[in-house]
Formats: sequence, structure tokens, C-alpha cells
Amino acid sequence: MTAKQVRNFPVHLILIIAVIIFAFPVYLALIGSTWDAARIGRGQMPLTPGPNLIENYTNALTTARGNRIIGYPVQVFLWNSLKMALAIAIGKIVISVLSAYAIAFFRFPLRTFFFGMIFLTLMLPIEVRIAPTYKVMTDLGLINTFAGLTVPLMASATGTLLFRQFFLTIPDEYVEAAKVDGAGPLRFFWSIALPLSRTNIAALFVILFIYGWNQYLWPLLVTTSRDMETIVIGIVKMMGTGEAQTDWNLIMSSTVLALLPPVIIVILMQQWFVKGLVQTEK
Amino acid sequence: MQRRVIFNNRILPYLLLLPQLAITIVFFFWPASQAIYQSLLRQDPFGLRTSFVFLQNFQTVLSDPLYLEAIEVTAIFSASVTLFVMTLALLLALMADRQIRGARVYKTLLLWPYALAPAVAAVLWGFIFHPSIGILGKTLNGLGLNWDYQLNGTHALVLIIVASSWKQIAHNFLFFLAGLQSVPPSIVEAAMIDGANSWRLFRKILFPLISPTTFYLLTINLVFSFFDTFGVIHALTHGGPGRATTTLMYKVYMDGYVNLNLGHSAAQSVILMVIVSALVWLQFRSMEGKVHYA
Repeated sequence: MTAKQVRNFPVHLILIIAVIIFAFPVYLALIGSTWDAARIGRGQMPLTPGPNLIENYTNALTTARGNRIIGYPVQVFLWNSLKMALAIAIGKIVISVLSAYAIAFFRFPLRTFFFGMIFLTLMLPIEVRIAPTYKVMTDLGLINTFAGLTVPLMASATGTLLFRQFFLTIPDEYVEAAKVDGAGPLRFFWSIALPLSRTNIAALFVILFIYGWNQYLWPLLVTTSRDMETIVIGIVKMMGTGEAQTDWNLIMSSTVLALLPPVIIVILMQQWFVKGLVQTEK
Repeated sequence: MQRRVIFNNRILPYLLLLPQLAITIVFFFWPASQAIYQSLLRQDPFGLRTSFVFLQNFQTVLSDPLYLEAIEVTAIFSASVTLFVMTLALLLALMADRQIRGARVYKTLLLWPYALAPAVAAVLWGFIFHPSIGILGKTLNGLGLNWDYQLNGTHALVLIIVASSWKQIAHNFLFFLAGLQSVPPSIVEAAMIDGANSWRLFRKILFPLISPTTFYLLTINLVFSFFDTFGVIHALTHGGPGRATTTLMYKVYMDGYVNLNLGHSAAQSVILMVIVSALVWLQFRSMEGKVHYA
């Protein structure tokens, strides 16, 4: 070993330990999803994969019925989560790109007031207005509907702030040239502003997809029938009070299914994810 | 800030703003104003009569021993999560920032937990710390600790702190790493030439230069532990055993949604709004305080 390698050894050691601690819970879930419920319930689950992988995942996806759990097919939950995450991500991007365009490219009465209003929503996360929001949802008949699950989560300040910031950097010459060529605001939006925002949109999409997929409190309040439930809520209900004798093999297979999509997206789209995270929060 | 060259149109900007404003008003401002209004009212148990009681709900809530207990739980929980997350994330970022082989692989392998829902983190750690079947729960019991997070309040608190911190470290790691990587190498080199060791380099150069990131993360972690950890608590402990893990957020949920005590829940909501506003304000202050490296 060279002197540098010796010096770097503790650094690698700390990082490797951290990587292992980070991965350990997911590894155990993977292992748990390959054994039968009885063995896990006896507290005898080995640390190596077992023989029941295909059986467990097939069961979880199609019926999720075990000895204790009277479940609901996890594929329904997965599909619900996917639809919700996509609707929230796309809806939020469309709504915020439009409002940011209005605020950045026009001057009109109450502009600052509206911008301030959008900005203020940062101070009103769903968590602080649970009961009254629930009442509004009931009054509008949105409980247990797909619209009720997604539309209220589509408005927020972060997307608007991000796109406004970006639109302000588009050079004035572009706008002037477009005007000379006879392009109106909508044409400029569609042919210039939107294509220029491509990377911002991609970055925001990754962040918002994860945001939507991982929602908890909102779906908990809004969904009342099992066929509307999301995967995260579904797993927590499956676990219930977490008795030793419950069907942990099904819970763990479903947990793996729940965490795979967002984790894969973060790893595959790492560049955009990092860009999106730093941009939306800063 | 405003663009110099703009478009002129009387109606179009309003149309573009309409979807966002409609959702904002219906689902944000209307409920929030309802919360403020209801926090000043009292309803009889049958919902037949409401009377205006001004600040009495706040007085009741703030002198309620259960609420004070929830404040204490929230303080212990948030402080622990924030401290763990920031210390460990900073340590890992300092390690990953070095010129070592495989730095990018480490980065990938350390940031993916960001993608997990807090409730999923809770299920994973609940499985590990399960008193009779969990690998660590069994070990702790084998050591004679009588580990059972469903019966022991301290154990429950430890478990939700571990699950929440584990999920949040990745996020902080990423921001610390970005902060460290924006420190100009020339400054670090100059310090090394002057004979600074690693600790002095960190203490006198790196830590002061990344202080805006640190401050920003502090507010983000407080918001996270106040609100986003609801899923962890709801999945694992339901605020119990007893009220050992009932945070302010969990109590608002219980009083407003489960027990339907609207006046008190609304007063609690308003208190939380004030807390969030203060944190958001701090966050924006932290962004203004930009650091100049020159």
C-alpha cells in the first residue's frame, strides 16, 4: 500500500460502514420477502435468501392474503400510487410553469399581490390545516376521489418560484427577436420558453414524482375505500400493530415493491435528482 | 425583480394564473382562514350552537398538560433527529468530499434513502427492532434490556428517532457535500501550505464557509421532524405507548381528525402555522446571508 492508501483507509472504512448501515434495513426486507411467515414469526429468519421469493411476491401482488392478513391486492395500491405520483408531478409542473410565465413575462394589476399569495402557501403545509381542509373536501364531495387525492397537492410555491427564477434569466433579446418575428406570448411560451426549461422540468419531475409517491397524511385522510389506497398506506395497514405472528413475508414483499420505484428513479436519474433537489429547496 | 422586455396582454396573464390561484384559494387560504376563525369559536358537543370565545381556545390548549407534554416530546424528538442527522451527514460529506477512489459510487450509495417515504422507513426499522422477531430487538432482549417499543415509551421514542434520522441523513449529506464542493480549492490549499491539520482546516475554514448550508439544513430538519415524521409515528407507535411519542403534529391529527375537537384542533393548527411561518422566514434569512469567498 502506498502512503496515500494508508491515509485514506479510515475514510473508506467510515464510508463503507455508512453504506452498509444505509442498506441494511432494505437488505433485511429483501431477505424477509423470501421466507415463509411461520419462520419469521418464530424469530428464526436467517440472513440469507430463502426459497419463497416468487410465491411471496405473487401472493402480495394478486391477493395479499396470508394466515393473519386479509389483504387487498398490492398491485392495485401500486397502480394507485403510480397514478397519483404522475398526476401530482405533471399537474404541479403545468400549473406552476403557467403561473410563473404570467408573473415573469407580463405586467398587470395585482401581479405582486398574486405572487405574494402563491409565496405564502409555503407557510401553510397540509399538516397545519388538516381539519378545515378535510371539511372543504367533504363539502366539495372530493373525499375518496382521484381528483381529491391529487388536485389539492398540485399547487405550491416551489415550482412557481423555480420557473420564475429561470424565466427571469431568458435574455431580453430573445423576446425582442420573437416580437419582431411576429410571435405572440403563447407562441413564445410554446416555442422558446418551454423548450429552454427542459432540464428544469426534468429535475422538478424527479423530485415531484418522489414527493407524490411518498405522500402519507393526505391519502390517509382522503381515501376511505381500499381500492383507492396508496401503497405506503397499504403497507402500514397490513402491518397493523406489528404482531410477531403476522404475515411478515407479505409485508416485506410489499415494502420492497413500494420502495423500488422511487429508489430506482433516484439512482437512474441521479443528475437531475440532485439538480432538482438543490434548486427546489434553494 | 422584473424583466425589462415583456408582453402586453390584458387577459392572458390572469388566465395563466387561474389554475394555481384557484387551487391555492380553495385548498390553502380558505381552510387556513377557517382554522383561524374556528380557533376563536367554541362549539357545543352536538354542533348546534357556536359561540365566539376569542382567545380562550388558545388559553385552554396552552395550559393543557397534555399539550405541554406534546411540546416536550416534540422538542426531545426534533432536537435528537436534527442533531443526529446533521452530525452524521456532515461527517459523511467531509469523507466523501476527499480525493478518494470511488467517491462517486459512495455518493450514489449514500443518497438513495432520500427516495423512501418516512412510513416505509418506519416499517423497515420496526421489523429490525421488533422485540421478538427483529434482529436487533431480539439482540437487545438477549442482553437483558427488556426491549419492547410497544410497551416502553423511551424505546418507542428511540425507534422513531432512529427511523426518521436514517431516512433524512441522505438529504443532508447531499447538501453538505454540495456546500463543501463549492469551497474554492485554492483556500484549502493555502491553509494546507500554512500547516493547518485536518481539524483546524475544518474548524477554521470549511465549517465557517458552509455555515449558510448548515443554518438552512437546521430549519429544514426542524420542519421535517415536526411534520414529515407523522408517517413514522402513525405507522409504528400511534403516539404511544401512553403519549410517549405524541408530537404536536400527531396531537393535531388526533384532536382534529379522530376526536373531532374542532376548536382546540384549530387553535393547535394556528399555533403550528406560526411555527412554520417562523421557520420559513428563518430559511429565507439564511439564503440572504450569502457567503463571499473572495
